[in-house]
Amino acid sequence: MNADDRPTVRPGGALRRIAALIRKETYQLLRDPSSVAIGIVMPLLLLVLFGYGLNLDVKNVPVALVMEDTSSDARGAASGFELSEYFDTVTVKTMAEAERLLLAKTVNAIVRIPSDFARRVELGSAEIQVIVHGTDANTARISLGYAQGAVGTWLAREAARGRLLAPASISIENRLWFNEANESTYFLVPGLIVLVMTLIGALLTALVVAREWERGTFEALFVTPVRSVEVLLGKTVPYFVLGMIGLALSVIGSLLLFGVPLRGSVLVLTGVSILYLLVALGIGLVISSAMKSQFLASQICMVVTFLPAMMLSGFMFDLRSMPWVIQLVTYVFPARYFVSLLQTLFLAGNVWSVILPNAAVLAAMATLLMGLAVRLTRKRIG
Amino acid sequence: MTDASHPAPVVGRGLRKTFRRETGETVTALDGVSLAVERGSLTALVGPDGAGKTTLLRLICALMKPDDGDLEVMGIRVAAAPQAVQDILGYMPQKFGLYEDLSVQENLDLYADLHGVSLEQRQAVYPRLMEMTQLGHFRDRLAGKLSGGMKQKLGLACTLIRSPQLLLLDEPTVGVDPLSRRELWDIVLKLVREEGLTVLVSTSYLDEAERCDHVAVMHAGRVLAQGAPEEVTARAAGCTFLADAPDGIPARSLQARLFALPGVIDAVPEAGRVRVVRASAEDRAPLTVDGVDVPLEAVPARFEDGFMLLFHAVANEGVRNTMTLQGRRDGSSEAVAVEVHDLVRTFGDFTAVDHVSFQVRRGEIYGLLGPNGAGKSTTFRMLCGLLPASGGTLKVAGADLRTSRAAARERLGYVAQKFSLYGQLSVDENLDFFASAYGLRGARKRERIAWAKQQFELDRFSALPSGQLPGGFKQRLAMATALLHEPEILFLDEATSGADPLARREFWGRITSLSEQGVTVIVTTHFMEEAEYCDRIIILDAGRNLAEGTPSEVRSHAKSADDRAPTMEDAFIAIVENARRTRSAA
Repeated sequence: MNADDRPTVRPGGALRRIAALIRKETYQLLRDPSSVAIGIVMPLLLLVLFGYGLNLDVKNVPVALVMEDTSSDARGAASGFELSEYFDTVTVKTMAEAERLLLAKTVNAIVRIPSDFARRVELGSAEIQVIVHGTDANTARISLGYAQGAVGTWLAREAARGRLLAPASISIENRLWFNEANESTYFLVPGLIVLVMTLIGALLTALVVAREWERGTFEALFVTPVRSVEVLLGKTVPYFVLGMIGLALSVIGSLLLFGVPLRGSVLVLTGVSILYLLVALGIGLVISSAMKSQFLASQICMVVTFLPAMMLSGFMFDLRSMPWVIQLVTYVFPARYFVSLLQTLFLAGNVWSVILPNAAVLAAMATLLMGLAVRLTRKRIG
Repeated sequence: MTDASHPAPVVGRGLRKTFRRETGETVTALDGVSLAVERGSLTALVGPDGAGKTTLLRLICALMKPDDGDLEVMGIRVAAAPQAVQDILGYMPQKFGLYEDLSVQENLDLYADLHGVSLEQRQAVYPRLMEMTQLGHFRDRLAGKLSGGMKQKLGLACTLIRSPQLLLLDEPTVGVDPLSRRELWDIVLKLVREEGLTVLVSTSYLDEAERCDHVAVMHAGRVLAQGAPEEVTARAAGCTFLADAPDGIPARSLQARLFALPGVIDAVPEAGRVRVVRASAEDRAPLTVDGVDVPLEAVPARFEDGFMLLFHAVANEGVRNTMTLQGRRDGSSEAVAVEVHDLVRTFGDFTAVDHVSFQVRRGEIYGLLGPNGAGKSTTFRMLCGLLPASGGTLKVAGADLRTSRAAARERLGYVAQKFSLYGQLSVDENLDFFASAYGLRGARKRERIAWAKQQFELDRFSALPSGQLPGGFKQRLAMATALLHEPEILFLDEATSGADPLARREFWGRITSLSEQGVTVIVTTHFMEEAEYCDRIIILDAGRNLAEGTPSEVRSHAKSADDRAPTMEDAFIAIVENARRTRSAA
């Protein structure tokens, strides 16, 4: 084994080393059930969970219907509530009884059709009193909207029969832009993509790098001709591919299972997702190069990436309803920009005035973090 | 040596390296080390844990920067061109970074690619590596499923793929059984002698250092001596003797007494006698134990004797090696403390322990020996009631482990192989917790904790988190917690693995005094010479009992080639190899 004068750097050496590292990482990824679980099973699970289980819509609100009038008009208006999928009605005789039910929280709202309803319909000034239990403001507001909708349905039915009635004293103004059906699935499901990309990009990457430190595998790897940039590339490429598979699964799932519209272009969606994935990978690499234990790396990843992606990105909670201090904080987290890109692309279309600034922020973050990761990864121990 | 065409493999001058602990204190790992490694030689860095061996190796392969000093590897200044150094040397860290979820072949391919070994070159190198390491049958096996010895051989193969100009091995044989250890050394010696490779190896095995061309004895970040191993051995010339134990006294009891005498630097049991190293060759006064002069026979010195002399000069703390129990255990020494009959343990269709029977009497020291995967740990876990047996009977301190595990557990103490105390808790907190866990409370608990701290000299570390204790003290604390509830039987699983020679002597001194006071001790160990401390030993391989008896009975199984008396290691290797041959023939 005398090889004193063999050249140490061969042409194409770097490419071969990178390929070898990618191959090694891919084998490890495929053989580790937890990586596959996070990359493939979890997106599907989240899709089903968020698509079917977690639903912010208000449906089957229990309502007490007080029928003080028994005219055909009153019954017609009541049928608007009874037939609506948003309400479960209980018909009671007196207001007192209804109030008791409301206080006991057996019902969330009272719909009272007063005794002079039919007469006043003719006069054009009919009133339906809707009293909503206000403890859950969100449900209350939505229920109120539905009540207006129910009356509107009746009015429309009457109009169809040729009986034009002036819209009574209740104005109907509950249409939501871009989400006419008010289906929260439409904005939850695209938002899933941000969770999937965050977990694969940041958490998985941080874990696999920290694992190499923990198991001491880096020590032997470093004392080879391999360069630290090559080690980083070897780590990044397989998880980038896994992230893109997660993206594809989430998008296809949203479109097929839940019929979410994709109004923007697939190309733009792919482009901005790549940017976000690079940001997430960068965060994962930076965290794990500082924290050389899997436990710490995963904890920090959760706090720095996953929780903000869930709470502070506008994915679940509207950013505009947050205190201004928290609103300022959200600008730090990349998830915010990605969620606003996703919601725009899915529900509105290629709105360039939204896409360009958000994508620019993500691109800047990706460049910064990747650069930092390269700087931080040194072939040194301790 | 330093001409341009053939630069010396390693030249280090005045190397210094300090670390900051999390607690803020500064630890000096290397304190002005100078070292030269000659081309084509086998050089050993030898010394106890914490001597700075690993740090020095990491400096040489540019994984760390020295705070001060010059270092050149193959004529390249490491500080100026770390990558150039890493391109030409092979390094096998202590925990070799094999990817456990990759197969043997995939690990080899990865390192071949990283080193830029072409496909044609691999055709030539792979068969040779496979022949050398005998891993040919296991190419498709995942590295994580290999035994400890095979993992080390694969690690070595990965570093040899590209014929390095300099090979660095960091404690390659720690936790490796004697058979695999010998195979590994045969490979290394062949590389140096036949292929002219330069190898720098760190080790805490003194017999390994003795086989090298050059040794550097390290202690506390300094090099105490450098030169041929014979130079170290020569320091003990005229100082070494063999002492015969009087009838009825076990060699280890004589050893403990001799070790405590002034002017005696070292005493170890050896082949039924005691090897004694005296501080000076001029000292001719008789050694007296219990009023009787011990007959001494002068013998040639070994490397270990010289090493102990060197150490005595710098680490002369006077290691305490006895201890006193609060209550002497009464009862006849004929009483059986542990009885194992026809013990079987299967995992699926794999039989880990295959009809093993043995008895241990009260106050005996009993050793379980065997290569990696022999079934020692499985037997041990069953004895401690941590794992149920598949068949056979197990009685510990009179309680049947199959029916009354809890009753038996109260009467035994267990020191696990790995440090298994709470690292973030202080010494006091650990003792307090374990005392409560054993059901001690009130005055009794305080009394026991005070006893443990006094006996193991832990007082000065009371408030220190146990994770930050120096290595030897961790071991002491682990033993102290296991003795809090005054167990009748003490189980020690590879308790001296990775410990330096000084710590091991202290440890065995304590075990000897425990056994003299009636505590039964069962140990497993990788150090064959430690079997000499045992009253009786059993050798297991593939779950089967291969030999049982006193150390001298077991030793007589081996016939040594030359005229020297066979050591326990020779006997062990002969017995295991013989059994394996018979099995594969059948």
